[in-house]
Amino acid sequence: MKEKSLGAEFIKGLWKENPVLVMLLGLCPTLAVTNSVNNAIGMIGAVFFVLTCSSIMVSIVKDLVPSQVRIATYIVIIATFVTVADRFLAAYFPELSKALGPYVPLIVVNCIILGRQEAFASRHGLVESIADALGMSCGFGIALLLLSSVREILGNGTWMGIKIVKGWFTPWQVMILPAGAFLALGVLVGIVHFLMDRKS
Amino acid sequence: MEYLVIFISALLINNFVLSYFLGICPFVGVSNKIDSALSMGFAVTFVMTLAAIVSWGVYNLVLVPYKLEFLEIVSFILIIASLVQLVEMFIRKTSPTLYQALGIYLPLITTNCAILGVALLAVLKGYAFVETVVFAFGAGLGFTLAIVMMAGIREELDGADIPSPFKGPGITFITAGILALTFMGFSGLIR
Repeated sequence: MKEKSLGAEFIKGLWKENPVLVMLLGLCPTLAVTNSVNNAIGMIGAVFFVLTCSSIMVSIVKDLVPSQVRIATYIVIIATFVTVADRFLAAYFPELSKALGPYVPLIVVNCIILGRQEAFASRHGLVESIADALGMSCGFGIALLLLSSVREILGNGTWMGIKIVKGWFTPWQVMILPAGAFLALGVLVGIVHFLMDRKS
Repeated sequence: MEYLVIFISALLINNFVLSYFLGICPFVGVSNKIDSALSMGFAVTFVMTLAAIVSWGVYNLVLVPYKLEFLEIVSFILIIASLVQLVEMFIRKTSPTLYQALGIYLPLITTNCAILGVALLAVLKGYAFVETVVFAFGAGLGFTLAIVMMAGIREELDGADIPSPFKGPGITFITAGILALTFMGFSGLIR
C-alpha cells in the first residue's frame, strides 16, 4: 500500500470516510445528544479528547500488547480516558454533564473509537495515528453540528440558545423529540448518498 | 405494582432503541430478517439481565463500600466483556442448538451500548436489586420488540420502489423515526 501523506489521513475523516454519515458508526450519541447545539458541542469535545488520547496511547503500546488481548487492552485504555472526560465534565460543566447523562460514559462502547484503534492506531505510527484521530473527530464533529443545527433550528427556532427565526415560524416540536433524530439523520444520510453518487 | 411500572416504562415508553437510542448498531445491522432479529433480541435480553445483576452487585457491594465509584465505567465494561465470554463458553458446552441460534451474535453484544446503558442507567436511577432486574428484563424485551418490528417492515420494504440515495440506511432511519413517533403514543400510559 502506498504511504499516504498526513494531510490525506486527516482529510479522509472529514468527508470520504466520515465516521457518522458514511460509515454509520457511533450512532447512539449522534442521535441522542443532537437535540441542541450546545449538547452536541459537549459531546464532540469529549469524543475528540478520548479518541485522540486513546489513539496516542494505543500507537505507543501497540508493540507491547500480545494480539490475543489487544481488544481488552484497548477497551481499558478507552475506558480510562472516558472516566477522565466524565469526571472533568461533571466537575467543571455540571449542567452539560447532566444534560448528556449516561451518554458520556457510553463513549466507551462508541464504535468509532474502538474501530479506529483496531483499524488504524494499532497498525500505524504515532504521528499518523494522531492525524487520523483528529480527522475522525472532526468528521464526527461536522456530522453532529449539522444534525444538531437542523434539529435545533427546526425544532426550537434557536441556534445555540439564540433565537433566530421569529414570528411566522411555528417550531416543529417533533424535531427535538427522539423521532425527529431518526428522521433528520435519515434525510441527511440520503442527501450524502445523493451527493456521492453524483460525484462518482 | 411499582415493578410493573418500571417494566412497562422500559418496554414501551422509554424504549431503549426508539427513545434512548441505545443499541442502534445492531438495530440497523441485524434487522434484515425476522428470524435473526429475534435471535439477536433474545441474546441481548439474556446478557442484559445477567449484566445488570452482576454490575449491580459489583457497584453496590464493592465500589460503594470502598468509595471507588469513579471506577464504574472501567469495571462495568470489563464485567460485560468477560460475562459475554463466559456465557458463550457455557452455551457452547451445554446447548449446541442454542449456540447455533445465538452464537454469532454474542461477540457483537460486547460493544452493544444498550448493555452498558442498562447497567449505567440502573445506577443513575438508584434502583434496588429487584428493580434493576425488572428494568433490565423490560429493556431487553423492548429492544427485541423494536428490532423485530423493524425487521418485519424491512422485509416488506425490499419490494418497495425507494429513490436510490435513500436505499439502505436512509430509509431505515426514516422508518425508525416513524416507529418512534408511534411509540410516543404510549407515553400517556403511565403518569
